[in-house]
Amino acid sequence: MKRLALVGMPNTGKSTFFNRVTGASARVGNWPGVTVDLLATRILLGGDMVELVDLPGIYDLHGFADDERIVRHFLEHTRVDLVAVVLNAAQIDRQLTLALQLRDMGVPCVLLLNMSDEARQLGISIDTAAMARDLGLPVALMAAKHGHGHAEAMALLTRALATAKAADPEALRARLAADDRIETDAAAVLKGSVVIPERLPAHLTDRIDRVLLHPWLGLPLFFAVMLLLFQGVFWLGEPLQDALERGFEALRAAALQPLLAFLPAAVQGFLLDGVYAGVVTVAAFVPLIILFFLFMAVVEDSGYLSRAAFLTDALMARLGLDGRSFVMLLMGFGCNVPAAMGTRIMRSRGLRLLTMMVIPVSLCSARLQVFLFLTAAIFTARAAPFVIFSLYVMSFVAALVTAVVFKGRFRNDEPFVLELPPYRLPTLRQIAQRAWLEVQHFLRRATKFIVGGVILVWLLTHLPGGATPGSDATFAGMLGTLFQPVLAPIGIDERLTVALIFGFVAKEVLIGAFAVIFGLEGQALAADLATRMDWVQAYSFMLFTLIYTPCLSTIATLRAEARSAGFATLSVAWSVLLAWLASFAFYQAARHLGY
Amino acid sequence: MIPLHQLAPGDDATVAAIHADAALRSRLAALGVRIGQRVRMVRKGRFAGPLHIRLGTTDVILRHRQAGQIEVAR
Repeated sequence: MKRLALVGMPNTGKSTFFNRVTGASARVGNWPGVTVDLLATRILLGGDMVELVDLPGIYDLHGFADDERIVRHFLEHTRVDLVAVVLNAAQIDRQLTLALQLRDMGVPCVLLLNMSDEARQLGISIDTAAMARDLGLPVALMAAKHGHGHAEAMALLTRALATAKAADPEALRARLAADDRIETDAAAVLKGSVVIPERLPAHLTDRIDRVLLHPWLGLPLFFAVMLLLFQGVFWLGEPLQDALERGFEALRAAALQPLLAFLPAAVQGFLLDGVYAGVVTVAAFVPLIILFFLFMAVVEDSGYLSRAAFLTDALMARLGLDGRSFVMLLMGFGCNVPAAMGTRIMRSRGLRLLTMMVIPVSLCSARLQVFLFLTAAIFTARAAPFVIFSLYVMSFVAALVTAVVFKGRFRNDEPFVLELPPYRLPTLRQIAQRAWLEVQHFLRRATKFIVGGVILVWLLTHLPGGATPGSDATFAGMLGTLFQPVLAPIGIDERLTVALIFGFVAKEVLIGAFAVIFGLEGQALAADLATRMDWVQAYSFMLFTLIYTPCLSTIATLRAEARSAGFATLSVAWSVLLAWLASFAFYQAARHLGY
Repeated sequence: MIPLHQLAPGDDATVAAIHADAALRSRLAALGVRIGQRVRMVRKGRFAGPLHIRLGTTDVILRHRQAGQIEVAR
């Protein structure tokens, strides 16, 4: 089968073209030595099956950024029959060099000039026939977003692929040498085929930027946009999540329980509360991920994300992060899972890993449920809002500490030089495809891990046979006793430790776990908890719950996104340590002050 | 010749020298920052935030540290 690779600069609509060609049927491919996801799919082109690979956006084959290394590695180690170079027609004056680099390396390529609509609006005219002649490469103009010129582009690819001879990866490696000549070559080609007006027409983007990047209004507007995004995801997401959970609950009561009734009680428990509960946990994230990426696609494809980076960079630069990390950190306060997935927009691996280290300490909505319940049970109504607010502050502090501690380890060596694309209206098709792809990623990579984890916790809290679930006689109870020397100094007893083990699955499970452990529910449980712990213990417990480890789904996501179990382990180990230190400092200080 | 970040918003100049290492130099070149290219300072971020510059049809944001390695002539 022949292989066709898409190469282009960032923000040229390369992925839009890819999605249009493939209809979002792409799979994440595994390539030797490549540490990021490359989308690949098989398509029918002129009667033959062809493998189409979408490579990361790059500026330069000689560049030093992570993505540029990836593309070079790919081209040097993989047989590629044809490279389609996707460039932004409106910026052809500076982008043409990439096509020349590939041509001069002896890579068989065709040139697809995308965003022909934007070029036309700017008054830029391109004579594709003249350009093809001067370049010695086939050239087509298109607007992938709207599908203009799509058929011609596909026909061009088919013709080129029929005669293309794959370049020898060995030879390519040898030919990646200095190429000073390219600048003059580019100028000559441009002179013969492109007309760019002296003065570009005033752009709508300038007028929008005057408001959105305003020295005083810019930041408040940014926070308003983020709040809207955040609230939008949860206003819409929570009812959907609830409905989904009710549906699964109804299915369980109406079909699964009667069907499994013939099995022994322990096996039923394992299948329903272990395996089935794991599947439900996975499913509950689907609406959130879909909504999050629907909104993110708008923010990203519209060009606002780079503006957010501009607005927040002054603070983030000091923490070793950049403005894009800040957006993801804020989204983590809704749910850590999509926020960690969203870090994929960052091109430098160091920056991505540092951001993923920071996200899990964000006080997500699941943790908030636990805190609201405990705060209502232990604190007075007057103190409660301050308690919740202080936990948000602690979450920010934990994020800052984490960034400062790890910024040396996950060094971001990519220079902060970003393109600010013009504002663009994303199409519904683009947005929907993005959300659909992300859900597929999550399901494919996290399901096994999450279901496995839920089963493990069920086994810990129900075995050995005969023990009352969640009691001291179970393995979880034994672990609780084992950890007492460490957890007693922060005011957490055996039974609360068992609750923390439950909470590992998902934070909202904690309250259910209390119900199982203490055999009480609702108001009665709240009243009982109030007699079991004083406010210092309760606050220490909440502080520990806030930081000690994100939920299982977040860990599964960190592992999948970083492609490293070691990274996920480091993240968990660090958060447990930080949680213990924070709770210890608080608990001991409060006790010594006589509370 | 002055470092790029000393341009005031709205000022135009010509890139005269680039003192960056190879990694930054190639990134700048790909975004259009080349010797002889006209450049305009569009705006400056608050609190010593990034700079927003324009080169031809391309808008770029960059930090002071990187801008300090680019010299321009008015």
